[in-house]
Order: sequence, then structure tokens, then C-alpha cells
Amino acid sequence: MGITFRKETFRDDFTFKNSPEHIRRFPFPFHEDSYMYAVNIEPHVLGPKGSVLENLIDVDEHYVAEMQDRALVLAEDPLRCQSLPHMTLAGWDLLELLMEQQALGYPEHFTLTRNGDRWRWTNRPLGIDDTFTFGDVSTLPYGPMEYITRQSQGDFCILDQRDGNLWMDAGMVTTQADWSLDFDIGMNFFEWHAPVPLAHEKGIFVRALKFLTNIQQGKPARRLNWTMTINPRLDTSPENYHKWGPDRATVTPENVGDKVHLRVELQSFWRLPRSNGIVFPIRCYLIKMDELVTQPKWARRLHRVIRDLPEELANYKGLTRYRATLVEWLSKLDDGSPTSAGFGPD
Amino acid sequence: MAAKSIISRPVYGTLSPQPGKHHLFVADAEGALAISDLAAKAPSGFFADAHIIFIPGHDGKHVAALEALKPAQFYQGPTFASALPRLKQTLANAHMGLRLYLAGTEGLIGQAMQVALEAGIDHTSIQTEHRGSLARRIQCVHCKGITENVTTQPATCSHCGLLLLVRDHYSRRLAAFQGVCINAEDRSEIPPTEEIFR
Repeated sequence: MGITFRKETFRDDFTFKNSPEHIRRFPFPFHEDSYMYAVNIEPHVLGPKGSVLENLIDVDEHYVAEMQDRALVLAEDPLRCQSLPHMTLAGWDLLELLMEQQALGYPEHFTLTRNGDRWRWTNRPLGIDDTFTFGDVSTLPYGPMEYITRQSQGDFCILDQRDGNLWMDAGMVTTQADWSLDFDIGMNFFEWHAPVPLAHEKGIFVRALKFLTNIQQGKPARRLNWTMTINPRLDTSPENYHKWGPDRATVTPENVGDKVHLRVELQSFWRLPRSNGIVFPIRCYLIKMDELVTQPKWARRLHRVIRDLPEELANYKGLTRYRATLVEWLSKLDDGSPTSAGFGPD
Repeated sequence: MAAKSIISRPVYGTLSPQPGKHHLFVADAEGALAISDLAAKAPSGFFADAHIIFIPGHDGKHVAALEALKPAQFYQGPTFASALPRLKQTLANAHMGLRLYLAGTEGLIGQAMQVALEAGIDHTSIQTEHRGSLARRIQCVHCKGITENVTTQPATCSHCGLLLLVRDHYSRRLAAFQGVCINAEDRSEIPPTEEIFR
């Protein structure tokens, strides 16, 4: 048995939703009733069956629809996928990693057959069956990074490691939380994080960089990040901010449950074998408030987190315009009783 | 001097003579004064291996002062764009031992550095000194158009017309600050315009 892929949209009529199984496996990002930045990086190892960590590269019921949305974004704006000239080898590294992981985790949907440098890749959900020569760009319809990331959920940044720093030198970024690959490409770790408030002063990025530059092959790491999005829109790019920004002014007490979504990024970090680069997949999970509050513990905790969030962070995450409406709505689901430790629902 | 800001915002120093075989200067307007100040500290014969590319601006000042340094090559151009082919050729033909010095407005320093990066020069090896206007070169994140000489906050994109918040976030690759629509969530909100980058 395989995954039943949903037919749904992340724009216009916004038909995206989670099945009951997917609500329960949602990677809720708060392990306690408050939130502040931390270097919350841990080894990216397999988690429980039925969780988003059942495989190290997660494929879920939204796969086909997300890939269709990506194709629409790229048709409108090809600058969302860029690779500086020295990054092609890292692109092949990424292609290998994603083909191996998807074939390993989901053999009913993906098959990779290798005969020396001659590879055959079968992607049944997207109806792709290609044979190509590994390392020969002319045998694929796109560059290696673009080819495989058009078939993989989440954004992908490939970082070059040199001079003790990490450089954002390639990426496929169509589901981003308000940052621009086109603007940030070529920047180092501190530069592309420059606009993030509070974290520099806390030394977060110095420690994070030290950790990331020491990541070893075969020992990936991960962390969770979060924000909120109005409507289940994947493409919340700065490029299109003038198109989706007005959504933030549409939240009312009546439509909070349907419109406001918690957006969680499962970020993982992998050393690439040939290029010595690091690939940084940013896998986005969306859940609307109506779905999230079916788990009473999550409803209580989210209420407390959003209510007590420092104003600077709320502004940075773009919550300001609808925060009060959301907190009021969530407060009705918080009886003040304690929440159990850990991320999971009770 | 520009105020302290976020990490991606460039930091400029003070030009000083570097050990090297050839010295390439690119400057505009009051950037010439930074070259004159460097000359006062330079060993004799320093400018015999120097090439100065200078864009004086409207008032045409400082040309005589730079010529008086007797550089091996002196070029005066009406705009940065007109100096660009010469700068590109100089960098393409450069050998080990070329030192690059950039002085003047942020727009000039940023665009000359952009060309140098494309020529394979590491940005940390380039001497820079900011002189003169604080006007910014911004890229509209929405339409990707570049608007030159922005002095106000917010500023109107000269291409698509959106009202942009001028951020401190800066891209060396684009030689531009980022502009993001300031009233995207409610276009009827028009914040007051202040002239702050002078």
C-alpha cells in the first residue's frame, strides 16, 4: 500500500487540507508553553513509525500537489531556482541523496536503478521514467539540482563551505517564509541571516555555524522553525508579498479557524560527499487552526505561545495584524490546565 | 559615515597604500578626497604604477587634484556606466599584484565591487572608503528593477511604482539594498516620506 496523494491547491481556491492521519503526524514545534530562539539542532535520526521522521526525507499526501504548485511558481519566476557556476557537482550530490532516500523510504512510488554511471529513475506519482548518465548534465532536461528538486517536497539550499563559513550558492526556493534566494544568493551565513532580530545578539548564529561546518557525511542534523501563514499558501515569497500581503488583513473572529495556518519548517543539514557542500532542505508543513485544535494540548499550548511572544518576534513573523484576533479565538480553547511535556499530542 | 547596522550592510574603511605592483583606483565625486588623503601617506613613486578611474559628477571638482598625483593612467568619465568597459578590461587583463581601491558613494563602491567580484577578486582584499552622499541603490524585490540614488524612506520603485521600504539588507552580487513593499497588507496606508539617505 502506498500514499494516497491528494488533489488540492495552495492558491486561488485553496483546497489544501490534512487528513486525520496527517493532523496527528504534524510536527508541532513547541515542546513547552513559551518560545524563544535557541540553537535547537539535534541529530537527524529516524523517529517513530507514522511520524514525519519515519523517513529522513519525508514524502506525504501533499507531494503531487506541491510539485504542481512548484512548477507554477517556476513558470512565473525562474529566478526562484539558481545555482552559481561552481555548484554543479553539489547538484549531482543532491540528486543522488534525494533519489536514494525517496527510493529507500517509498519503494512503491520511486525506483532508482544504477548500472555504473548509467542511472534509471522512476517516479510513479509524477509519471517520470528517465535514464541518464550521472555527472553528464546534457542527459537531463534540467540541471541536476533543478531536476531532482522539481520532484522533492520542500525548499533546498546548497551551501558551499570555504573560509570557515557557509555560502548560499545554489537553491530551489518556491515555498519560502518571506526571504528571497535571488537577493541572498552568494551571501555567507551571517549575511543572509542579517535581518533576523535578537538572534545575533544571543550568539545563535556563531554557534550554529560552528555546528554546521562540522557536520559529517552520513550524520545529518535537523531543527524546527515556525511562522504563520494566512491561507494554505506555499509561495509566501517577498517577490509576491504585494499579492499575498493583503490576506493578513482578512482575518476575522469567524474565519480564524479556516484561514490562519501554523507553518512549520523541518530543516535538515546534510554533508554532501563529492563537493563537501552542505544541503539544507527546508520542508514546509501547513496546518489550519481548525485542524490543529482537534488536539487539545496543542490548542492550549499554541494559545500561550502566541499570547506571550515578544513583540519583536511577532513583528518579524508578520503576525501583528491578526495576533489579537487569533489569541482571543485560541483563549476559548485554553482552560488553563497544564500541558504535558514534549511535542506530541496527548 | 553610515550608522552601525545589520551584518549584511557593507562596512567601509579608510584607504591606505597597500603593497602591490599596480594600484587601480575607482572613485566618484568626493571619493577623490580619499585618494588625496591616501597620497599623503603613500611612499614616493606610488602613483607611477597607478590607474585612476574617476567620475567627477556634476560640479566637475577634484580632477586637477587627481591629475597632480601623476598616475600612470588617468581616466575621467561622465558616468559609472561609461567607465564600465574600461574597468572590466583592466580587471580582465590584471595580473597578480594588482590592488583595488574604491572610494566615493555607496552606489559607486558597490557597482565597482560587483565587477571586481565577477573578475574573481575576493571582496575582503578590496580597500573601500565611503565619501559623500548616502544615497542608496536599491533593488525592488518584486519587479527586480534597480532604482539609483534613493534618498528617501520609503521610496517609490522607478520601474513598477510600488512604495518600498528601503532595508539595510544588502547584496554584493546585486550591488543593491533591498526594497520591499511597505504597505503590501493595506495599500491605503501611506507612511510619511522622509529624506534620510543624504
